[in-house]
Amino acid sequence: MKFGVVVFPGSNCDHDTVYTLREILDQEVVELWHKDTDLQDVDMIILPGGFSYGDYLRSGAIARYSPIMGKVIEFAERGGYVLGICNGFQILCEAGLLPGALLHNQNQKFICKNIYILPDNNEAPVNRLLDKEKPLKIPIAHGEGRYFASPETLSMMRQNNQILFRYCNDSGEISEQYNPNGSVENIAGVCNETKNVFGMMPHPERAADDELGNTDGRLILESLIKIILEKKISYYN
Amino acid sequence: MKFIAEINIMPLKALLDPQGKAVTNSMKNIGFENISNVRIGKHITLEIDADEEERAMEQVNDACNKILANPIMEGYDYTIRKVED
Repeated sequence: MKFGVVVFPGSNCDHDTVYTLREILDQEVVELWHKDTDLQDVDMIILPGGFSYGDYLRSGAIARYSPIMGKVIEFAERGGYVLGICNGFQILCEAGLLPGALLHNQNQKFICKNIYILPDNNEAPVNRLLDKEKPLKIPIAHGEGRYFASPETLSMMRQNNQILFRYCNDSGEISEQYNPNGSVENIAGVCNETKNVFGMMPHPERAADDELGNTDGRLILESLIKIILEKKISYYN
Repeated sequence: MKFIAEINIMPLKALLDPQGKAVTNSMKNIGFENISNVRIGKHITLEIDADEEERAMEQVNDACNKILANPIMEGYDYTIRKVED
């Protein structure tokens, strides 16, 4: 499978994402510069974490209008798979490809630590092969990760199984106590209605290498790759 | 003609504004017992070349809706005035 990792000025998880996909998951990867408009026939696009455009105005607000994003939006609208991690999630929300928005953490602090998340369902490629009972330990590192959507939007998202992951504790209990940033309903990741665009604040690419002592994130990326390969289609016709 | 717009962007009232809350709490510590409900937003000024004020206002609205404010979390208002040559 061929991945495209978009590099914005200020991206800082692009290399980790490329490393994990190429070296650990044995996938083909190209880097897509934010000023490019050629997606190089990739099968899936990842918007990595970081601080695109210095997080000026709002996280993701300026990156959303960079030249590559026009093509990413077209690709997503044709059914192409797109995953946004952390800042990438913020960019996808700003672009309107995902519902909701990400606000400053409730405690006004940048939070960098391991947390646990639980798949809400098994309906999207990103959580299809995960065990709904097994919490995954994944690091977060963000200042603006408080997911918010209106009650009407949330109710539609619940009906369509668009909530991918919720924050929980190490035994899978979901409660406010285990919500690191004040996200509504402990939401850590969401997808669009057609389940081809995914966004999550936790960093699966930082929990994929055996050397780091935690490979829970690899399960998420492996689920994506396996499910997408099963129904491989071209988005460039 | 050149116009200047002064735009205020505020977090929606329904949303928790943690910055505002922290400052509200510090007001009490400083002794401003009568100050409450501090909310913190952004103030943006910009210049627009346009033939008439109405056209300039349309552009400000457009810019606010497209990039300057995110309607999911923020509201905006603005004033506009012509710059004297």
